[in-house]
Formats: sequence, structure tokens, C-alpha cells
Amino acid sequence: MEKIILNNVSVSYIVGDFSNIGLKDVIIQKLKGTYTQKEFLAVNHVSFTLEEGELLGIVGSNGAGKSTLLKVISGIMRPTEGTMAVNGNIASLLELGTGFDPDLTVKENTFLRGAMLGYTREFMNNTYDSIIDFAELKEFEDRKFSHLSSGMKSRLAFSIACLVKPEILILDEVLSVGDGAFRKKSEEKMLEIIKGGATTLLVSHSIAQIRRMATKVLWLDKGQQIAFGDTKEICDRYEEFLNKK
Amino acid sequence: MVDAVKDLIVKIKKQQFLFEELVKRDFKKKYKRTMLGMLWSLISPLMQLLVMSFVFKNFFARGQAYYTTYLFAGNLTYAFFKDSTTGGMNSLMQNAGIISKINLPKYMFLLSKNVASLINFGLTLLIFFVFVALDGISFHFRFFMLIYPIICLIVFNIGCGFILSALFVLFKDVQYLYDIFTLMLMYVSAIFYPADMLGDKQKLLYLNPIYVYITYIRHIVIDGYIPGIATHALCFIYAFGALIIGALIYKKYNYKFMYYM
Repeated sequence: MEKIILNNVSVSYIVGDFSNIGLKDVIIQKLKGTYTQKEFLAVNHVSFTLEEGELLGIVGSNGAGKSTLLKVISGIMRPTEGTMAVNGNIASLLELGTGFDPDLTVKENTFLRGAMLGYTREFMNNTYDSIIDFAELKEFEDRKFSHLSSGMKSRLAFSIACLVKPEILILDEVLSVGDGAFRKKSEEKMLEIIKGGATTLLVSHSIAQIRRMATKVLWLDKGQQIAFGDTKEICDRYEEFLNKK
Repeated sequence: MVDAVKDLIVKIKKQQFLFEELVKRDFKKKYKRTMLGMLWSLISPLMQLLVMSFVFKNFFARGQAYYTTYLFAGNLTYAFFKDSTTGGMNSLMQNAGIISKINLPKYMFLLSKNVASLINFGLTLLIFFVFVALDGISFHFRFFMLIYPIICLIVFNIGCGFILSALFVLFKDVQYLYDIFTLMLMYVSAIFYPADMLGDKQKLLYLNPIYVYITYIRHIVIDGYIPGIATHALCFIYAFGALIIGALIYKKYNYKFMYYM
């Protein structure tokens, strides 16, 4: 079953309006008649289809539009052009640590995050113990979130998103955190989720990781879709491209 | 059909869970690291009342029966409005990190902030009734009608919160402007002076929704009658007018807020 279908999706940001150059300049420019609203295409005509259980690796240099694309898929932004269909509930892990409150305890934060990811209280009551065990934070559960190390924070974020069996999982460079042992454990967990039928989107700068895990790869550069398809072929091409630079 | 109903129930459950967690968070954060915690929400209006009645009693009490109650009714309403809308104004920006990462209904943040203000207001209201009793006004069944202006005020606060939070995302100057605005609003709400001191200009006060709500409460508690249809209509129009405008702004800018955060 097709889980994610993107058809010619483009996303543009507005630049050079009042929030950017200030109200005064906008008024002056408007009076002069030189005011134009400029747009910046962050994602430029991207199309792909993902089936159930696939893992899409997204590669590209900084500013390629990877995170913007993920924001569109998770429904935070709307495509300016093109159509999109996403079937299933999404757990997104766009950058770790966001959405956590430093003043609340680890336990309170876990429930808050669970609620934000769209789970019910019953579900969180049942899964809480396994989340905290997987994150190896049992003895910290009543400590303030700000007392955790950054590795611990990302372990918690990962555990919440992954132990709740999402249908679609969005991971933005989150597997490159935590210590070696946890990284291995989290990769295994991810593969387990994917085998369970979840569709995953993974942004990573580690080509080795993409090669190991992805079933398809999307290569973006300055918003343009350079290639989409087989993991090995595109990873080879991308590495060649990186070497030439 | 059954599936659709089931889906709806699950959706409501999820939203309810999120809402409860947000309320808990906002409430805990409000009094975190303070020694007196929630007591502050009682101390602050009482201190204001004390100072105001000490300063103004000699000037204004002569023309006004039950001056303490009069003053308290005004201050109570105004403080609730200010607390609720100032919190509401910040609700989007304070949660910018979450809003730009996770797709959630944005009004949730405003509503949870309003619940925290509402609890404060409820506590102050209890103290208000103690003062009403101390002032020698006896309880009457008419007092139950207070629920009407209070509900209107809650709706009005939410509506203003919508408008302010949206404006604040677009223009950061709004927070300073709003400080000035609320200060001016205090002077035109007839909180500490009897409104009829203004003479002919008194009618203009009805343009101020806060004054209308205060007046309603005073009529019930001090003057001993339920206001007429016109006052009810005015309360309603201000409240739902603000709510509709706010909701329309949120609907229109739902996906655009992101660009300004």
C-alpha cells in the first residue's frame, strides 16, 4: 500500500517582507512603488512514492531543502505547489530536544511529548515503563529535564517516538546522537519498526548509515530533486559527487 | 458509520490528553520556584485592593455606596482580562519551537494558558465574595446571574488572545503597545472612580467591553438588579465578535505563522 505520495511538490518561503526588512522600509518601498514580494524556493518540484515498510534515506548538502520537505510531509507546512497524500499517523523527530520543557521532570516531559505525538493517556500509561527502560533513564525519571545530558535527552526523544509504533516515522539526523551502544540499539529498534510495516523517512549525513538501512534514496540539492531510486546506485553517485567537490 | 464515530472519539481523547498535559505544564511553570506558589494569585489582587482603597477612598467613596466592593469588582474583572490576554498574546511565540516542529492545533496553546488564568480568577472571585459579605451585602439568588458576564468575559479573553497572539507573531512591537494599551484601559474602565463623575461622557464608556462587564457585575452585586436586554446583548456581541475575528485570523494564518517565528 502506498503510504506517501508526493507529486511535483514545491515549497517557497516569503523573503523581503516586513518581518525581514522592517515595516519602515516596506512602507518606503511601497510609496516608491519598488516593493515586490520575493519568494525563495526551498523545495523545487519533488516527486516520489513510498510503499508501506520502506525506509527512504534523504541525502544532500546543507540547505538542500531536506528539513523543509520533512515539514511538509509532517503537515506543519503546506506545499505551495503540487499535491501530496500521506496515509497514516506520523511520529516526527525533527531535531531532538524541541518541545521538551526544561523545568518539568523527565516523566512529565514524556507524557507531554506523547500527547503532542498524538497518543492517548491510556496508551502512554501502558507504554511509559518500556519507554523509560529503553532510554535507560529509570533513575532519572523524577529529575528535571534540564539536568539531563544532551545524549540522554536524545535517547528519551528517540524512545518516545519509536516505542509507540507509528505508521510513519520521520527522523531528522537523530541517529547520530547518543553513545555507540545506544546508537546500535536504536538502529536495531528502527529496523524492527520498519519490519513491523512502518514507513520511515531518514535524513542523515552518514552515507554508511543510509546504505545500511535505506530501501530507497532521495537526493536533493538546492531544493532540486537530483535523483530518487535504488539505494546503492544513488549513494554511489552521491559519493562521487561529494568527492568531486 | 461506526468506524467514523470511533475515530472521532479517539481524536477527542487524544486532543483532551494533549490539552490536559498543556494545562498542567502552564500551571506548573507559572509558580515554579516560588515559595508561596498559588498564594501569589491571591496576594496580588489583595495588595492592589488595599493600596487603591487606602488612596482613593477619601476622593471617591463619598459618591459611591459599598466602595470596597465597587473597587474590587472593577479590579477583579480588569485583572482577569489583563492576565488572560497577556498570557494569550505570548502563547504562540512561547511555543514556537513546538509549533515549527510538530503539527498540532495551534489554538490549544492559547486555551491552556487561559485555563491557568481562569483558575486564578476563580480564586480571586471567592475572596471577592468574602469582601462582599464584609461590606454588609447579603447574598441573593440574583448573584447566580454573574455566570453570564463571566462566560462572556472568558469568551472575550479568548478572542482577544487569538488576535493578540497572531499580531505578536507578525509584529514584535505589539507587546510594548499592549502594555500601554492596558494601562489606558484601566483608566477608562471606571475601576476606582464612580462612572457618573464623567457626566455626559459616561455613555462613551460603553464602547469599552471591560467597562460593560464590570458594570454588569456591579449592578447585580451592589445595585441589586439584573441589567436589561441591551446590556446582555452588548456583553454577547463584544465577546463573540472578538472570538469570531480571532478565529478567522487563526484560520487564515494557520500555515503562515511558521514563516514569522
